[in-house]
Amino acid sequence: MAKVEIRSESCKSCGYCVKFCPKGVLAVGEKVNSKGYEYVVPVNMDACIACCMCARMCPDAAIEVYK
Amino acid sequence: MEKVYARTKTIQDDKVSGFCPGCMHSTVIKLIGEVLEEMNLVEKASCVLGIGCCGLHMDYIAYDNITAPHGRACAVATGIKRSNPESLVFTYQGDGDFASIGLAESISAANRGENITVIFINNGIYGMTGGQMAPTTLIGMKASTAPKGRIAEEHGYPMHMCEILNQLTAPAYLERTSCNTPQNVMKTKKAIQKAFQNQLDGKGFSMVEIVTSCPTNWGLEPLDALTYIEEKMLPEFPLGVIRDK
Repeated sequence: MAKVEIRSESCKSCGYCVKFCPKGVLAVGEKVNSKGYEYVVPVNMDACIACCMCARMCPDAAIEVYK
Repeated sequence: MEKVYARTKTIQDDKVSGFCPGCMHSTVIKLIGEVLEEMNLVEKASCVLGIGCCGLHMDYIAYDNITAPHGRACAVATGIKRSNPESLVFTYQGDGDFASIGLAESISAANRGENITVIFINNGIYGMTGGQMAPTTLIGMKASTAPKGRIAEEHGYPMHMCEILNQLTAPAYLERTSCNTPQNVMKTKKAIQKAFQNQLDGKGFSMVEIVTSCPTNWGLEPLDALTYIEEKMLPEFPLGVIRDK
């Protein structure tokens, strides 16, 4: 069991986490945050292996990973 | 559940950075913060910021920082380090600040072998001021002051700061890294760690040049900018340790 937590207010929708997640856990969502960015959401959390690639690439320190 | 990747406490908890989407300034700032925490140096840290986008995080980070006059970060860092040798002093500068307006101060500090660390962000363009050509702009790369792209006959060639400083006797450590993949992000973190350790060991001047993107002024989406780094920036600015003594 692993999971990611995303601070939706910090997300700027650059898509780095989505690109580098090897398991397709994340996707750019449809809702927008207060700055107007469509923030990233987990769409396949069960596949998460807590490799932290997403968190390492996130420029805005918006992702925390649990295992 | 155990937290295996936590947001560094060196970034203020309630703050969102002022950088554009995909900007890697905030990636590097995050890495610096993680290294400071892991090496237990947050209280000793003294960060000297350059002018431009590199100074945008002055109220985003949670450790001591000072903004130097444009380009003079290495000179200010010299003063702080010499008067407080116990501090960990590092500059955080962009290419316009370090390699253009501050060239004299940067090279002089390196030549004196000042026991400071320089984190040099090379994205090949001026960010905050509106996409003007920087000393590191690639041949053919468009900038607001070179609308047809950089032309060697008119504007000269991109400057390779690591290689230029490698001509000097004094510098201890020069490495060029990037942040375009998770692997390179981890290498960048290691390089920053090593550069800080050099300072603690009194080895003298260390610099980490980090090749990053500026999606806004490159006119690219963040993901396309990653490809541009890989295909255009890295052939011109090859990664690796240039000096380690």
